Amino acid sequence: MENLNIFIRSIFVDNMIFAYFLGMCSFLAVSKNVKTAFGLGIAVMFMLVITLPINYLLETYVLRPGALAWLGPEYAEVDLSFLSLILFIAVIASMTQVVEMAVEKFSPSLYASLGIFLPLIAVNCAILGGSLFMQQRDFPGVWTAVCAGGGWGIGWLLAITAIAAIRERLAQYSNIPKPLQGVGITFIITALMGIAFMSFLGIKL
Amino acid sequence: MADKVSNKSIFLNPLSKDNPVIVQILGICSVLAVTAKLEPAIVMGLSVIAVLAFSNVIISLIRNTIPTNIRIIVQLVVVAGLVVIVSQLLQAYAYDVSKQLSVFIGLIITNCILMGRLEAFAMGNKPWPSFLDGVGNGAGYAVILVIVGFFRELLGSGTLLGYQVVPQWCYDHGYVNNGLMILPPMALIVVACIIWVHRSINKDIE
Repeated sequence: MENLNIFIRSIFVDNMIFAYFLGMCSFLAVSKNVKTAFGLGIAVMFMLVITLPINYLLETYVLRPGALAWLGPEYAEVDLSFLSLILFIAVIASMTQVVEMAVEKFSPSLYASLGIFLPLIAVNCAILGGSLFMQQRDFPGVWTAVCAGGGWGIGWLLAITAIAAIRERLAQYSNIPKPLQGVGITFIITALMGIAFMSFLGIKL
Repeated sequence: MADKVSNKSIFLNPLSKDNPVIVQILGICSVLAVTAKLEPAIVMGLSVIAVLAFSNVIISLIRNTIPTNIRIIVQLVVVAGLVVIVSQLLQAYAYDVSKQLSVFIGLIITNCILMGRLEAFAMGNKPWPSFLDGVGNGAGYAVILVIVGFFRELLGSGTLLGYQVVPQWCYDHGYVNNGLMILPPMALIVVACIIWVHRSINKDIE
């Protein structure tokens, strides 16, 4: 129940894009059409679901103050938390490389359309942000980390697909001032949706 | 001579015509997060200039020895190392600001500008142009941060760098700070306005 609560909250209340504005770079650049946006969303979701539990285990058994106690009583004092940024980002970067190779092999067309943004998933703030939130919030177990990762991933996927759909319609039907076309109007739409998503604040199951 | 001209354009292009934030749309997250006040925005801009310039130089020096398959990890390790140095320096010499910024200094690692420039420029160019490219892009980023921070602090809190700018008699006559400007969505709208103005002036940008 607790996990379900965290899952739902991660999708709506703590939505990575509309509540924290994390992962904006690839979000803005790859949301021109729904198909590519959906592909990137799936990739990000996949990364979040994989890296969050791994980083959770690292945090619990290696990094946290006293986490090394399982090695023996003389390690109980060791505090490695200053290493957490570097270890988290190393896990994320290596997983990205794996995903990149997999996508290149199994779906060359998706690989071509994602372009530079596939390697940039490694520096997608949403993913490192997820790990940092996980560290901050002291999750009770590894399944909670999986649920939160899945929720944040689905929330991100939802957001990028929604914005891509709106942008597709906008490009066809609306008469936007020329300098505001493309990125400018996307910023404004995102801001408006962010304000709308604020209404989810405080929801609890 | 031709070399000199291109160096100059490497340095100057990112300031306006090829600005990393409003033209290439990179590094948006931190623009939203640190610009509610002007001072953290300035410190953040300077930190990004430093990290970007030095990581560009380091990656450019070792670009021929990095195996392509693990280049991302190598780049991230270099950047993460530099970010740790910057955050330690800030804690030593500007403790108050570093306390305000703590999380966001760490998030420089995931600033897309860094990876974008390392991938797109430093991996294929000599150290000196890479250095200029780093400084130029960092400065382009800092300029936008400062502009957004200026408007958000002025309209949202009526102060600049912590000093009261909007005079008291305005408040006495019913002027109210726009609390919405402090919220993150407004940073997006301010950036959108900057893009609008910028593209109206430079019509050739698509």
